[in-house]
Amino acid sequence: MAQVQATKFKNPVVNWIDSRLPIFTMLDHEYNHYPMPRNVNYLWAFGAIAGIMLVIMIATGLFLAMQYSSHTSLAFNSVERIMRDVNYGWLLRYVHANGASMFFIAVYIHMFRGMYYGSYKAPREILWILGVIIFLVMMGTAFMGYVLPWGQMSFWGATVITNLFSAFPIVGDPIVTLLWGGFSVDNPTLNRFFALHFLLPFVLLGLVILHTAALHVCGSNNPLGIEPKGPQDTVPFNPYVTVKDGFAVVIFMIIYAVFVFFMPNYMGHPDNYIPANPLVTPAHIVPEWYFLPFYAMLRAIPDKLGGVLAMFGSIALLAFLPWLDRSKIRSCKFRPIYRQFFWILAIDALILGYAGAMPAEGSWLLIARIGTAYYFFHFLILLPLLGKLERPSQLPNSISESVLKGGGGIAAGAHAKPMEKA
Amino acid sequence: MAQTTHPPGTGGHAASGGEGGSRRDFLYLATGAVGVVGAASAAWPFIDSLNPAADTLALASIDVDLAPVAVGQAITVTWRGKPVFVRHRTAEEIESAKDVNLNDLRDPVADDARVKKPEWLIVIGICTHLGCVPLGQKVTDPRGDYGGWFCPCHGSHYDTAGRIRKGPAPANLVLPTYAFTGDTKIRLG
Repeated sequence: MAQVQATKFKNPVVNWIDSRLPIFTMLDHEYNHYPMPRNVNYLWAFGAIAGIMLVIMIATGLFLAMQYSSHTSLAFNSVERIMRDVNYGWLLRYVHANGASMFFIAVYIHMFRGMYYGSYKAPREILWILGVIIFLVMMGTAFMGYVLPWGQMSFWGATVITNLFSAFPIVGDPIVTLLWGGFSVDNPTLNRFFALHFLLPFVLLGLVILHTAALHVCGSNNPLGIEPKGPQDTVPFNPYVTVKDGFAVVIFMIIYAVFVFFMPNYMGHPDNYIPANPLVTPAHIVPEWYFLPFYAMLRAIPDKLGGVLAMFGSIALLAFLPWLDRSKIRSCKFRPIYRQFFWILAIDALILGYAGAMPAEGSWLLIARIGTAYYFFHFLILLPLLGKLERPSQLPNSISESVLKGGGGIAAGAHAKPMEKA
Repeated sequence: MAQTTHPPGTGGHAASGGEGGSRRDFLYLATGAVGVVGAASAAWPFIDSLNPAADTLALASIDVDLAPVAVGQAITVTWRGKPVFVRHRTAEEIESAKDVNLNDLRDPVADDARVKKPEWLIVIGICTHLGCVPLGQKVTDPRGDYGGWFCPCHGSHYDTAGRIRKGPAPANLVLPTYAFTGDTKIRLG
């Protein structure tokens, strides 16, 4: 962030601090006057929602950690003790467990919004790549958190996922032994997963700060995908966006609360209430729902290394999205052909998720294979090709012209404060 | 010494003749190399601490008495935290394991090379795909298309010699280190 003009505050103490450490100027600049495109819709609230989910997860997780024991002989019972004996332990645990799902819902909507409106395109490539890294770290954190209750799904999920690394030739087996700290998933594994599950959310917090910093350099994208051309195209972050985001957060929290209070185990798996048993594999191992599309890709490829590479590749591919999509037009609104393929991709992801939850045989296997092939086709062939072949529709001249239907200049000027650096 | 304080460029930093420049380059590279080696050697204790500890490695070998296992039955023994399958094979099972064209196998090994005594098949009961425990130890379990074991996780089929025949697993069920200490006694490890 560039050096900015210090803000004058009424409170002399605030001024005294601010002249020595300009945090108030920074907050005032980044969250008060910060210009937001005036046409952002509710999909732009999911970044803020995801941020709030991270805070909720860290807060509940900290207090759960004070009651949890990360030893194989104690872990399962310590979670049951949290549920039955600890004051409000059930609430903390259900908020945390369902919070993981809600966090992923928010992040998936946030990602698809970015893809629909082309938010990854120049100059926001680093912003997008930071987002992909956040997604990866989130997946690792969620996976390790799911192992901690030490139920059957915890144990066998950990076994299957750590065994993924054994697919790599030569280095595979030593890596797996290193991950386990033994010859199978056991106490050393549980201990290190707990340590990492505690650490990674703070790594996430750091990444989120970088993600936000990168965002505030070039500002938010918007549904039209054209840059604001002046103060008539933007509104100050506060109160316009704070109120809009706040309202979205409240609605999101209501849905979250429905899960926590009325169907807390809906997104979990009943087998995880059976203590881990290294000698019996559950008949049907399924990961948490948010991993299902990737799990379907893993199983779709009839080769171990190939399946693992497809699964990791499907995520790594996202980081290259800014360069795979060759179109200069950001928003799908002006890309009539890509818009349809975007929805096909979204449906493909849902179908892959459903196939991932089904047994890997018969027609589900075939569906997963077609879905996987389409996923890679979309990113590797369709996107580069469409950038060349598609004829986009006419872009509007400016945000205010499009939003206010012409005579917006005066009306906009009345509402929006002028930008500091014109 | 005075020469090394010259700003780069004037002292012929990149020029071959500049003695001060080349000494500075050498010091720079040497410091960098020592730093990298130092960082790597400092990192190793951290990484290696994650590997199996001495008490995990010092797992005693175990003795198993196979006398009570009748023909057609199988038992599961825990060794190094892993299940070991011991199956007392029937004559038909031995026959079907031997009667296989090795060219048809994904991981071709003759049945003789997988057993010490034909009637006792002893394998580690962990699917070589992603580490699930295959079904087939009980007579009532599904045993797959080849009468050995079937992994329910991702659908791998093993035959009566524990060899992979169908499904995503890349290799046969692993053989543990063991020896017969008596006619029906084995020591694992």
